Amino acid sequence: MTGKQRIVIKGVKDGLVFLLDDRCGMDELLAELNDKLERSHQRLLTGPLVHVRLKLGSRRLTEEDRERLVDAIRRRGNLIIQSIEAEPDPVEQPAGAGRLHVMSGVIRSGQTVEREGHLLLLGDVNPGGTVCCTGDIYILGALRGTAHAGCRGNADAVIAASLMRPTQLRIADCISRPPEEWMTDDNQMEFAYLEDGRMRIDKISRLNRFRRDPIVFKGV
Amino acid sequence: MGEAIVVTSGKGGVGKTTTSANLGTALALQGKKVCMVDTDIGLRNLDVVMGLENRIIYDIIDVAEGRCRLAQALVKDKRFDELYMLPAAQTKDKHDIQPEQVKQIVDDLKRDFDYIIIDCPAGIEQGFRNAVAGADAAIVVTTPENAAVRDADRVIGLLEQHRIAARLIINRIRPNMVKTGEMLDVDEIVQVLAVDLLGIVPDDEKVIKAANSGEPTVMDPSSRAAIAYRNIARRVLGEKVPLMQLEDKAGVMRRVRKFFGMG
Repeated sequence: MTGKQRIVIKGVKDGLVFLLDDRCGMDELLAELNDKLERSHQRLLTGPLVHVRLKLGSRRLTEEDRERLVDAIRRRGNLIIQSIEAEPDPVEQPAGAGRLHVMSGVIRSGQTVEREGHLLLLGDVNPGGTVCCTGDIYILGALRGTAHAGCRGNADAVIAASLMRPTQLRIADCISRPPEEWMTDDNQMEFAYLEDGRMRIDKISRLNRFRRDPIVFKGV
Repeated sequence: MGEAIVVTSGKGGVGKTTTSANLGTALALQGKKVCMVDTDIGLRNLDVVMGLENRIIYDIIDVAEGRCRLAQALVKDKRFDELYMLPAAQTKDKHDIQPEQVKQIVDDLKRDFDYIIIDCPAGIEQGFRNAVAGADAAIVVTTPENAAVRDADRVIGLLEQHRIAARLIINRIRPNMVKTGEMLDVDEIVQVLAVDLLGIVPDDEKVIKAANSGEPTVMDPSSRAAIAYRNIARRVLGEKVPLMQLEDKAGVMRRVRKFFGMG
């Protein structure tokens, strides 16, 4: 065997951990596994029953490959496979996350708009209509329906609308019904945000305080 | 080639059939060749409102299934030479006809008539899909109630998906209730629905009386609703007719308020 090892065998308190390289081909991996089990680590692997944990890294096994892997290890009578672990899929950042979608039109009763990222809607959301985004929602028009910002749990998301008359507002897991919980000023562009898990409404000009965006403009 | 206009609303009981009957009759009064099509299969009403129930021999299902020719199923109105109606079947079901069949029938009718007025059943299911299949344009009827406006909004959304342009009729307005703020006003409704307003029709007891006697309201020029329907017909024909002033005194006050920017 030359070069990098594809299999690292470590002893832990309750047995052995096999760290399997997740980039090489399955055949190479099995060849090295057999090699190690039959030859180089023979001493280590003979003797009393040993529990083995296989760590696959990010490799995804087909049923057949899994079988082959298990067989190779079972051939050593003293090895008991305790678990086969793979790293969970990295939380998939959808392609659109963080993107700003611009769309125009009226979202009418029964219609739902769902977007990855932020949404800028040029038009109204009518009662019974829903907009749902993983990021922020900005509506240049009247929000009379339901808006759900940060729908995968982003509690920093905001909902802004030229005319804030929603049936219901949701940010992350917080659901809020006006006017029981808050009232809005007339004729003001406003935004909704979460503060200590409660929905709040404020003038749009205060959004940058909430965001703590430093204002850096050129000019005197 | 004529134009097919579907009259729909989503919600029931807002006046689709009344509007279809009166608009059809009003267009006939203007000298147009009109055919009204009732697509509310199983619950046909248009013939009753028009007073033509006893003249029905065949219906739209008979045409779709080839038991008769289209011309045989058309019922001629007793008052006009150029006003016809294609009745719905009373014994069948909305699923007994497919949108393509309705479209074929409407396309055939468009060759012979100036206007096809399609009376749509309530709801947004198969009956609705049947009714809009052959339509070139739509009239959405609503009343000044939240539930009706909500359903109208839903229907306008569905019509947009079918790429059918919708215009709005607000029916059964009670001026005194609007004035006291107990009823949604016209501007509010138009603002939410964001479609062109084709007309407003005041609530009028004569409409009920007329429907029961099988004589469309629009024939009676003393009724305010009749004038409203005639105006609507003229707008359908492309004329510019100002909206009816619901109440003259209130109208003046309103104009004054508007002038000062308080309207």
